Amino acid sequence: MSVDRRKFLKLSGLSALALTGGKPAGLFAPAERRQNHSSGETQNGKRWAMVVDLRKCVREKGCTKCIDACHDVHNVPKFDNTKDEIKWIWKENYENAFEAEGDEFVKEGLREMPVPLLCNHCDNPPCVRVCPTKATWKREDGIVMMDWHRCIGCRYCMAACPYGSRSFNWRDPRPFIKNIHEEFPTRMRGVVEKCTFCDERLARGQLPACVEACNAKALVFGDLEDPESEVRRLLHDNFSIRRKPALGTNPEVYYIV
Amino acid sequence: MIEKALIGGRRYWTWVIFLLVVIGIGFLFYLHQFRVGLTVTGLSRDVTWGFYIAQFTFLVGVAASAVIVVLPYYLHNTKEFGKMTILGEFLAIPAVIMCMLFIFVDMGQPFRIINVFRYPTFHSMMFWDTIALGGYLLLNVIISRITLDSERKSVPPPKWIKPVIYLSIPWAVSIHTVTAFLYSGLAARPFWLTAVMAPRFLASAFAAGPALLILLIFILRKFANYDVGKAAIQKLAVIVLYAMLLNVFFILMELFTAFYSHIPEHTAHFKYLYFGLEGKTALVPFMWISAGLAVISIILLINPKTRKHENCLLIACIALFISIWLDKGLGMVVTGFIPSVLGRVVEYTPTFPEIMISVGVYGIGALLITILYRVALSVKGEVPG
Repeated sequence: MSVDRRKFLKLSGLSALALTGGKPAGLFAPAERRQNHSSGETQNGKRWAMVVDLRKCVREKGCTKCIDACHDVHNVPKFDNTKDEIKWIWKENYENAFEAEGDEFVKEGLREMPVPLLCNHCDNPPCVRVCPTKATWKREDGIVMMDWHRCIGCRYCMAACPYGSRSFNWRDPRPFIKNIHEEFPTRMRGVVEKCTFCDERLARGQLPACVEACNAKALVFGDLEDPESEVRRLLHDNFSIRRKPALGTNPEVYYIV
Repeated sequence: MIEKALIGGRRYWTWVIFLLVVIGIGFLFYLHQFRVGLTVTGLSRDVTWGFYIAQFTFLVGVAASAVIVVLPYYLHNTKEFGKMTILGEFLAIPAVIMCMLFIFVDMGQPFRIINVFRYPTFHSMMFWDTIALGGYLLLNVIISRITLDSERKSVPPPKWIKPVIYLSIPWAVSIHTVTAFLYSGLAARPFWLTAVMAPRFLASAFAAGPALLILLIFILRKFANYDVGKAAIQKLAVIVLYAMLLNVFFILMELFTAFYSHIPEHTAHFKYLYFGLEGKTALVPFMWISAGLAVISIILLINPKTRKHENCLLIACIALFISIWLDKGLGMVVTGFIPSVLGRVVEYTPTFPEIMISVGVYGIGALLITILYRVALSVKGEVPG
């Protein structure tokens, strides 16, 4: 990498400074940022996106750090059957994630390569279009949100999502949560849930839990509207793909293979 | 008028009590589901809609099919249908109520359904389906109530009811069209993403609904001495035949498009339905039975001799009804999820509680039909046993 993360953050902070007319927003390094609630880096995004660098991800064989971190902080229950399963981020074989079942002669191991999947926070989200109560909606900054208190549990969004990113609480999840974090709400039976790009952490000036947990730095989160952002740079310098681009949903999770 | 439902013989009351017991059992199972959650069903993260939503879809068709007797009578003055229109309307009302109940039992948070009206969402097809079904129920209640009341008083129905009846005709078409849009507007599910979905829904509805009506007419004639006349039944049978031919034609269109284009995501679902995928074949026998019954019903209906023979017509209508129920009430919904969006073949089987809750809802429908038909027939001066 030509620019290290700290330098990069400073750069983006300076550009944010120029844009916001002098507020010392993004000047803090990540460690300080976590305690600083007025930080702009994770709050003033206009188009949030994630870049998953599979070259780095695949190096950590069998790693589940992003999954564990996410499911832990969000009180996601763990069931021992797939029927009741709830997942916000999980791994799927490359061929399932990218519908590449037909590719016969490809790089060895590619088809079985585990790919982390999560909500794509589509620019044009079909789940939002079909929801009859606006319990799921798209924020100005691109995050597809979910209101568990309004959701009627019709599961139309699950039928509409082309990525299988949504889960339903078929039963009361609370007895199946290992240790409940009081600062994050638990859900009740009968509502849909999914990844929200850690909106609650972004508001506190923190990066998404999965991004923070990834030792390999394979998950990069940032603002696509900011030309200086790391996500923009990664997409500029590398060939990337998205899941089911032909459907016109415009996913905001990009994969570097 | 409704008090007429309380007058009846022993056979009537035995039937009513039997239905009440069925409804009671279904309700107990629903309480169980309500307490524990939808985990008591066979649904999963991969197959998120199943038996309930399929019954809902099938019954929207039954409700819409009332138009098949209303339209010829009011628009083309088909006098033979005079004794039948009220039966059509009184079939539509319980069908819509069953639709609503099937939606209700499928909801994770049923008491939040009010949110659909608190936060009306015009870009959601489910919102429009709620409006369409609610409106259709209201229209049919008003129309049947006014026309039956006039008949009871032996006066012509008030003039203002005519436009309401005319409105109910396109409205009937709309309920099944919007229900088809629930499915055919989803890019995620190639099996449903087909422009022929709404036409096919209407064709299968206009075959299965009137076929059920013919069966009910036979029952009424046997147990209640109410005869709509041979001519009316035969006319209806011809409509059933043509609707069924259109339905089968549409299915063949789907198969051609999928299998000639060879697009895997389209063929996979049909392969699962008729041959099974990855050794998973839960629906295969049902789909071939459905196809076989469709052929039998068409042969019996297309041949004038068998169509006019009442026992043959009876068999044809039963075969046709089961054929469409298997196709629409069993195969159509879950196959949209198999294979899943991630290419996984996860099957679905309804559980015992799920089936009992569904039987309970059908019990409520049967009870409503019994009561409404009894009221209609009492007004029409017949004395059922």
